[in-house]
Amino acid sequence: MTVKRKKLIVVGNGMAGVRAIEHLLKLAPEAYEITIFGTEPYPNYNRIMLSSVLAGGASLDEIVINDLEWYRSFNITLYTGHTVTSINTAARTVNTDKGVTAAYDELILATGSNPFMLPIPGTEKEGVIAFRDIKDTQIMQDVSQKYRKALVIGGGLLGLEAARGLLHLGMDVSVVHIHEYIMERQLDEAASRMLRGELEAQGMKFLLKKQSEAILGKKRVKGLLFADGEMAETDLIVMAVGIKPNVELARSSGIEVNRGIVVNDYMETSLPGIYAVGECAEHRGIAYGLVAPLYEQGAVLAKRLAGAPTEGYAGSVTSTKLKVSGVDVFSAGQYNEQPGTKALRFQDETEGIYKKLVIQDDKLIGAVLFGDTNDGAQLFSMIKKGENIKGREKELLLGLEAGALASPKGNRLEGMPGDEIICGCNGVTKGTIAEAITAGGCTSVGQIKACTKASASCGGCKPLVEGLLQLYAGEAAVTVKEGICGCTTLGRDEIVAEIKRMKLTTVKEVMHVLSWSNEEGCPKCRPSLNYYLGMLWPEEYVDENESRYTNERYHANIQKDGTYSVVPRIYGGVTSPAELIKIAEVAVKYDVPLVKFTGGQRLDLLGVKKEDLPKMWEELDMPSGHAYGKTLRTVKTCVGSTFCRFGTQDALGMGIRLEKAFERLNAPGKVKLAVSGCPRNCAEATIKDFGVVAIDGGWELHVGGNGGVHVRATDLLCVVKTDDEVLEWASAFLQYYREQAGWNERTAQWIERVGLDSIKQALESPEERAALVERIQKTLSLTTDPWKQIVNTPELRKNFEAISLPETV
Amino acid sequence: MTKLLIGNLNEVDIKGSRKLRVGDTEIALFRLSSGEVLAVENKCPHKGGLLSEGMVCGSKVHCPLHDWRIELHTGEVQAPDTGHVTTYEVEVDHATGSLYLTI
Repeated sequence: MTVKRKKLIVVGNGMAGVRAIEHLLKLAPEAYEITIFGTEPYPNYNRIMLSSVLAGGASLDEIVINDLEWYRSFNITLYTGHTVTSINTAARTVNTDKGVTAAYDELILATGSNPFMLPIPGTEKEGVIAFRDIKDTQIMQDVSQKYRKALVIGGGLLGLEAARGLLHLGMDVSVVHIHEYIMERQLDEAASRMLRGELEAQGMKFLLKKQSEAILGKKRVKGLLFADGEMAETDLIVMAVGIKPNVELARSSGIEVNRGIVVNDYMETSLPGIYAVGECAEHRGIAYGLVAPLYEQGAVLAKRLAGAPTEGYAGSVTSTKLKVSGVDVFSAGQYNEQPGTKALRFQDETEGIYKKLVIQDDKLIGAVLFGDTNDGAQLFSMIKKGENIKGREKELLLGLEAGALASPKGNRLEGMPGDEIICGCNGVTKGTIAEAITAGGCTSVGQIKACTKASASCGGCKPLVEGLLQLYAGEAAVTVKEGICGCTTLGRDEIVAEIKRMKLTTVKEVMHVLSWSNEEGCPKCRPSLNYYLGMLWPEEYVDENESRYTNERYHANIQKDGTYSVVPRIYGGVTSPAELIKIAEVAVKYDVPLVKFTGGQRLDLLGVKKEDLPKMWEELDMPSGHAYGKTLRTVKTCVGSTFCRFGTQDALGMGIRLEKAFERLNAPGKVKLAVSGCPRNCAEATIKDFGVVAIDGGWELHVGGNGGVHVRATDLLCVVKTDDEVLEWASAFLQYYREQAGWNERTAQWIERVGLDSIKQALESPEERAALVERIQKTLSLTTDPWKQIVNTPELRKNFEAISLPETV
Repeated sequence: MTKLLIGNLNEVDIKGSRKLRVGDTEIALFRLSSGEVLAVENKCPHKGGLLSEGMVCGSKVHCPLHDWRIELHTGEVQAPDTGHVTTYEVEVDHATGSLYLTI
């Protein structure tokens, strides 16, 4: 039997309400039938990012948090452009301005705030706006096309961001502020003055200690009159003096209201079944206007609605970061000295850096950073934890040394509770990030961003995210993230993870499910996806010939004139007179213009016509040397103990054994091996992907060498005693490379990227090696010689010939 | 203008290519995932690369020599490179699979 879902309605489609729903869907996806009403005609977007949109750093599309598809995927009914006008608390229904009535069992009020408009004459005139939503942002962009002068009333966070945006749009901007110094609610006077200097240098003007009296103009604003009788001309006025919780709906429905909608620690209002969350809510006397508290509240509310245990919401310590390009300002906690507090200051006007820490009872209770805000997130976390910093004050003031996060001193992160919010913009907890790393396999900040949204908005918490990455991923942490090609923004690891997670089985399916921007990909992603799928599903996956490069499709190297070359496999470089005669005869018969020895000790027949390839392969009756593929090329050898005076081991035997073991192996890049029979290393094994050098009584195994574009000497992986161990380690190393590296990434680049130690660690345990060996053997057991296959399959062979001679009709 | 019977649809793999010579001209024949069969001169305007050997992505082929992209419907070289390849009309008789090329 199916349990009837309870009806949950959210009034408000902003960040707080939808965040609570996101959280609830994770905890209890089946519990509620959800309906959301929003006044704005958009899906849920990140209001904090409006400053970035205005400043040209982001597009409207980029700030959407959940697109319409998200609502659909969770069966959420969304009414955009609907304002809920009344609640019938007895009947448990809500009504909208467009005549929709909907019933609820539980109701969340997430009505946010309204900009506070100064009670002065003229605010109704054209060209007087707030800075709150997408519409305001669009008006500013339009006005900047036609007009030049703008005034921003309010020198706080929002006002300065609006002013910076208008500057970016090419307007002449003055900030009107009632106080003597700007951002007085977040900064002390010294930092504020430095900030003003920076902003003035960017072109912003300031009218300080000015009280606005009246807005002048007929239909459209013309100017602003101040209490001191002075007047400033303007074409646009942006009011950014504050916000007030939007409580009308609650008030008219008989819910208790002060400044905001009064809630307890569980976000419950005075009426049963009705909750409030976000800027509209007032908790213990405080209505917050910043984003982090909204997320903390949303998490508590979600647990409440899901019936999960929660200790409730205990209020938030807040921090502020000014998102103005080129100016770094951060403040947190209580940053103005009170009786009983001590302050440490650092001021460097040559570098434009100012720092202040406020300390009480050996605890950090507040901080102001200007010019260098790198430690902001960490200091903020200390403030929230209330940890004792006795003896570390100066170190904290002068900057935590690099790597402090990973050092014992950085155990702060380790000791931090899992539900502590790391990313205030997107409300991501330490626990969520830790899980993304440990269980989700994220190894870079970019992946964590993609997986959890942490650090995806203002980026202020990036140092903490990096710290957590160090803590949980350690050596595996990487710092790069870019799409594998122009068709996708996903990186290699994300793609491989998604293929595994969703068990995607074809190139087409991967592109479709992971929203490729080009329907059929490009020569960069197609071969890589083909490789990853084959690597992940060796038994099920059918290799896509059409997604391979020309060379690999026709199993020969294409030359500049469209001819091809043939390199037969000669194991370990050891041939015989009979074999040489056969090769020579084929070369003569097919009129091969050039016969040459390759760099890898093999014979190369060059200048062959494509249609002759299958015939030559058939007559040679030798396996393909794979001189054209991302696969094992050759194993180069010296003579070794077979003939050489110095040889300590049988290099030829080892080379032949390795080449027979790994021929036909698909790999991310070409793989070259060499075996030297003594430390003189005549086979130059130390510039190969895997190099084996004999020593008296054993073998040295070297990895990650390259003699090509960027010469790199190998690193010593280990020393082993027996021939079987050489095979075991070579197998384990190559399989680990196959599973971890990006397509087209040679072992040398891969080792540079992930570090030798991580590879040593991965191959350390005999069990792990055995598992890798088993996987590579499974893969190898499924390969066949491509030349033979083509020779014996007419369907493949036809592609080497011209289509039948045309006849006129 | 001559119409030639050049072969059958099943002789060209999907996302694959076959070539043929008519007089002095070598022509590359492509069969797209959409089912269309298109023909262009088998010669990249850049360095004469054989387009028949390139990877087919949608209705474009990437030259195997230097990754120039050519739109097979029009023969136009795609930005950032410029140039043009001659295209030829191909008809498919869906009843028999016969391919006709007009040259």
